[in-house]
Amino acid sequence: MYFDSVQAALSMDGHGSFVWVAYFVTLLIISAVLLLPGLRRRRLLRQVATELARQESGYATREGPR
Amino acid sequence: MSSRIGAAQKGLYNLTVMWTFFHKLGSPPWLYGIAGAIVRWLLPLTILALLVGAAWGLLFTSPDFRQGNSYRIIYIHVPSAVVALAGYYVMAIAGAVSLIWRMKMADVAMKAAAPVGAALTFIALFTGALWGKPTWGTWWEWDARITSMLILLFLYLGVVALYEAFDNKEAAGRACAILSLVGMVNIPIIYKSVDWWYSLHQPASIKFSGESAIDSSMLYPLLLMIGAFYALFTCCLLMNMRAELLQRESRTAWVRRLVKPDGPR
Repeated sequence: MYFDSVQAALSMDGHGSFVWVAYFVTLLIISAVLLLPGLRRRRLLRQVATELARQESGYATREGPR
Repeated sequence: MSSRIGAAQKGLYNLTVMWTFFHKLGSPPWLYGIAGAIVRWLLPLTILALLVGAAWGLLFTSPDFRQGNSYRIIYIHVPSAVVALAGYYVMAIAGAVSLIWRMKMADVAMKAAAPVGAALTFIALFTGALWGKPTWGTWWEWDARITSMLILLFLYLGVVALYEAFDNKEAAGRACAILSLVGMVNIPIIYKSVDWWYSLHQPASIKFSGESAIDSSMLYPLLLMIGAFYALFTCCLLMNMRAELLQRESRTAWVRRLVKPDGPR
């Protein structure tokens, strides 16, 4: 560890705010690009499941129980 | 003679393997499955490498003798910029393949690369501004490197927006492919900008040939972060492709089987 204390690591001799903000914003963006595709995929799978369920119930009422 | 026949057979076999591979590459269910399998082991490794690299760069390296601690931004600034450029190649080459051979999966890859590239370019510009303030005394400078990176961001966002602007997705794919190919002219300008024009931005410290102008204690975490960002791009690309494939193929039998494995075929 280069820094002696948490305080020193946070302030980084005056550069702390720049460095930590850069890392924090990067963390936010990376989290977003990692999470969004999975959420979109899950939403699409749910939509397909709903569509399938709707179709099946439709068949059931039209043709009676099979 | 028999050895020649053996070689010919082997060549034919290799050709068959390659052809099968290309054939499979064009198959959405296969691509969906293999992309998922890759992401399942690559994603944990990526996150681990990012965390280790960030902690190493932030807390365990010494400050730069001239720039002090502000230089620690290098561990996200350089990797994001490097991979933003590499990602553009992926997008443009995928665009060219879909344009020339009408390969649908290349169009999927091109569309999937654009938002990830935009995010990485934004990270490079944003962290660059935060690094510039304490080091150069300014957040922004209209020099060749920064301006050409801003154009890269607009090219990525342009592809995303252009795709959404068309109702006919085939026309959208062609327009985006042409835009990304025309935008390729920007790439060598970004690479060479710091050598062609004198500016505040420093030239590259890492060189493929010859001694790097960076101490190895700083180089190793930087290389780790560059590798981690490449892996991050790959993961995001594959995950976006999976989502895109589901959307395009939502009415097909394989997607239905994915949702309901015992359903009608």
